Amino acid sequence: MLEIEIDGKQLAVEDGSTVMDAATQAGVYIPHFCYHKKLSIAASCRMCLVQVEKAPKPLPACATPVTAGMKVWTRSEAAIKAQKGVMEFLLINHPLDCPICDQGGECQLQDIAVGYGGVTSRYQEEKRVVFNKNLGPLVSTDMTRCINCTRCVRFTTEIAGEMELGQAFRGEHAEIMPFIEKTVDSELSGNIIDLCPVGALTSKPFRFSARTWEMSRRRAVSPHDSLGANLIVQTKHDVVMRVLPYENEELNECWLSDKDRFSYEGLNSDERLTTPQIKQGGEWKAVDWQTALEFVANGLAGVARDHGGEAIGALASPHATVEELFLLQKLTRGLGSGNVDFRLRQSDFRADAARAGAPWLGMKVAEVGELNRLLVIGSFLRKDNPLLAQRVRQAARRGLHVSVVGPTADDWLLPVRQRALVAPSAMVDSLGQIVVALAAEKGAEVDALLRDRLPAQAGDEARAIAASLASGRKVAVWLSNLAVQDRRAAELQQLANEIARLCGGRAGVIGEAANSVGGYLAAALPSAGGLDARGMLEQARKAYVVLGAEPDLDFANPALTRAALGTAQLVVALSAFDAESLREVADVMLPVAPFAETSGTFVNCEGRAQSFVAVARPQGDTRPAWKVLRVLGNLLALPGFDYQDSEAVRDEALAGDIATRLDNRVGEIAPFAVVPATCERVTDVPIHFADPLVRRAPALARSRDAAAPVARASAATLAALGVEAGARVRLAQEGGRVDLAIVADDGVAAGCVRVPAAHPATAGLGAMSGAISVERI
Amino acid sequence: MLSQESLQQIDREVAKYPPEQKQSAVMAALRIAQVEKGWLANETIEFVANYLGMPPIAAYEVASFYNMYDLQPVGRHKITVCTNLPCALSGGVHAAEYLKEKLGIDFNETTPDGLFTLKEGECMGACGDAPVLLHNNHRMCSWMTKERIDQLLAELGGK
Repeated sequence: MLEIEIDGKQLAVEDGSTVMDAATQAGVYIPHFCYHKKLSIAASCRMCLVQVEKAPKPLPACATPVTAGMKVWTRSEAAIKAQKGVMEFLLINHPLDCPICDQGGECQLQDIAVGYGGVTSRYQEEKRVVFNKNLGPLVSTDMTRCINCTRCVRFTTEIAGEMELGQAFRGEHAEIMPFIEKTVDSELSGNIIDLCPVGALTSKPFRFSARTWEMSRRRAVSPHDSLGANLIVQTKHDVVMRVLPYENEELNECWLSDKDRFSYEGLNSDERLTTPQIKQGGEWKAVDWQTALEFVANGLAGVARDHGGEAIGALASPHATVEELFLLQKLTRGLGSGNVDFRLRQSDFRADAARAGAPWLGMKVAEVGELNRLLVIGSFLRKDNPLLAQRVRQAARRGLHVSVVGPTADDWLLPVRQRALVAPSAMVDSLGQIVVALAAEKGAEVDALLRDRLPAQAGDEARAIAASLASGRKVAVWLSNLAVQDRRAAELQQLANEIARLCGGRAGVIGEAANSVGGYLAAALPSAGGLDARGMLEQARKAYVVLGAEPDLDFANPALTRAALGTAQLVVALSAFDAESLREVADVMLPVAPFAETSGTFVNCEGRAQSFVAVARPQGDTRPAWKVLRVLGNLLALPGFDYQDSEAVRDEALAGDIATRLDNRVGEIAPFAVVPATCERVTDVPIHFADPLVRRAPALARSRDAAAPVARASAATLAALGVEAGARVRLAQEGGRVDLAIVADDGVAAGCVRVPAAHPATAGLGAMSGAISVERI
Repeated sequence: MLSQESLQQIDREVAKYPPEQKQSAVMAALRIAQVEKGWLANETIEFVANYLGMPPIAAYEVASFYNMYDLQPVGRHKITVCTNLPCALSGGVHAAEYLKEKLGIDFNETTPDGLFTLKEGECMGACGDAPVLLHNNHRMCSWMTKERIDQLLAELGGK
């Protein structure tokens, strides 16, 4: 610890602290632009100059290490003179266009200019002009306003992992730019808008639509990935105008993924369903709520009466809130059916009977930074969970060794030390080899449940991964979306648990959606003897209730889903959007509120329940889904539906200590017979199509991540298939076929074709894993 | 993109640094590429960046920072005149004016026959020899009086 005196305040700070750190600790504000606590130090703006005892010249607080007994004055005459001098220089080239600048009112330069700037400028010469750059559909530029703090450059390099921006030229000619003709395509790109201390980088979708002081701001929780990023949602006249991060060091820090930040555009989409509708004689008719609810209640009661309760199936999105999922399962069970599920993209439910608790990350998100060995199984980590990937990236800088097992080798912009690039069907074998190698390495016994199923020998890759994990102090083994959605997910979970046990680490499931853990806690799961998401579709029900999901885009097998829903006697859709695929299969559509217009709770991957309230009034006749379900319960005269508010629902759903209900362990699993296929499908869910809200956000739809899907296969696989790279091919699976272009990508495991799901172009296909045929056309 | 000889030269520069810091050789690599290509097109910079395993924009930062890298095509003979203070006091500006008059071009321009490009340079560390100018980044010409400039132009123009 070092003693330092700042503005007369005595304090002790950690060795290696800077004067800026010490000032923050002392609660002393030093003006700054380029300094940011999450980024490296540039000391390029010089705004934080302070007076230091015995130093002949003022020193930048952000880059000056504290020495023992240092005396610093941040508000002395000399310090203020230096700061005012810097301010005058910064304003020399800055245009006086605050009235037309989107940053106005939330601009650090504007704020600090009030404190340190002159009333008039002494500068008479010509001002510098810098041409704007095209950074893509999300970030708008006014580069003349740039003060060259390089925060955006450091962000892309250090946090997003790829240097997409740089400072070219020098001196007066220095300017921030991407490499010629390139855009900023990172899935975290929106953060440079927040980081920019001036109006050089602003939000393109939000441009010129409101002033910061006109909007009211409320906290919310992201409804997308399983991290549960905290949001500030800004509204004007009950319309959501913008989303910003709410700083939460334990989850999203001060960042947001572009999906979290820009998906709000979907809330104001033309495709919003705003009135209840009933299909009569093939025609959709808008009706009032009373009529619609009675229609639904009578319909469901009728099916239960005529065919028994089990003829009803309820399918909910994992992006639905705890309250919605809880009431939906309660309603379904009240009707005498045990067929409820929210794991729409999963296909293996063998673990259900053998689970010890709700699958979760196995650790706090904040603990990711402490890991030193990590095995990620079946993942598109960067796109599945951009901010978790960001944490792993930071940890990798500090010495975390990442190993990967899975069918793709996408660049996660972090060093992957070992990689087993294997087909989905070979992941079980691959993990089995790691277990064998790890047991040998540690001289430990393998769990009796697994002993007979393991491969006899471990290959080099498996041994290398095992050696890496065995040498770890803090180890985690994560199953990601592709693994959880796989046909053999249960076995993968078992093996991941065993790997974690053998190396003294923790097994975890990253989780696909905002409420992947919450769904388990809300008991939106099939009862014993009830049907799971797949079973309900394979054994078609007479009636379905579908909450927040679209048949062609949100299910593991769109072909199967459409067929099952299409033949049902009654399909009740509770949806925020008027989707074409729902119109085709549903009989009644009830407009329910998306996350911004309802109160609710999401439980994120670490088991943290985060409740939020509505930030805007529901559009049109939209109502919160939990209220709709409550009324349905009342209309059906089911007991226990007299909740006063959503908090009461939550308290019942999440009663007790959540931590005790989280457990990744699974017991005995019946083995799965793999049918060998010449060509296997590898399926990713593209980041900006993953849920109904984000796929209706127009700016995101123009980003690189939302490019039209293509099939991908390695050059060797293409040769074996007799297909040329770039050719159009016909992909066929049981249940459907589509035509797509196919490109060579050696990051796809041999014998596999990678075809994205959740996109209209591929919605004609069947299951997300298993055999697929590729033919030239 | 680059010839075998250039790549060998770059490899020799790369070998001077630890393998994980290949990008330390970026300045040398850009110089070698410029010698071969005459100037640094974006594609050339991107090629060099990829060759060294660094982001293209990082190589572009370097290429745009130093004034001896040419981001636009230049004539066969690039003449860079120093006009910093010591040179200016010893006739550097006059030398530049004389060159402009003789060649009929201003700074950063190229003669219509594509033979000469004139650039204004910064201190070349030879103030005692002022006025100095640099021919194609590699050849230093000292005490450039009018006569010696005529001589130089005749020599270069005759080639």
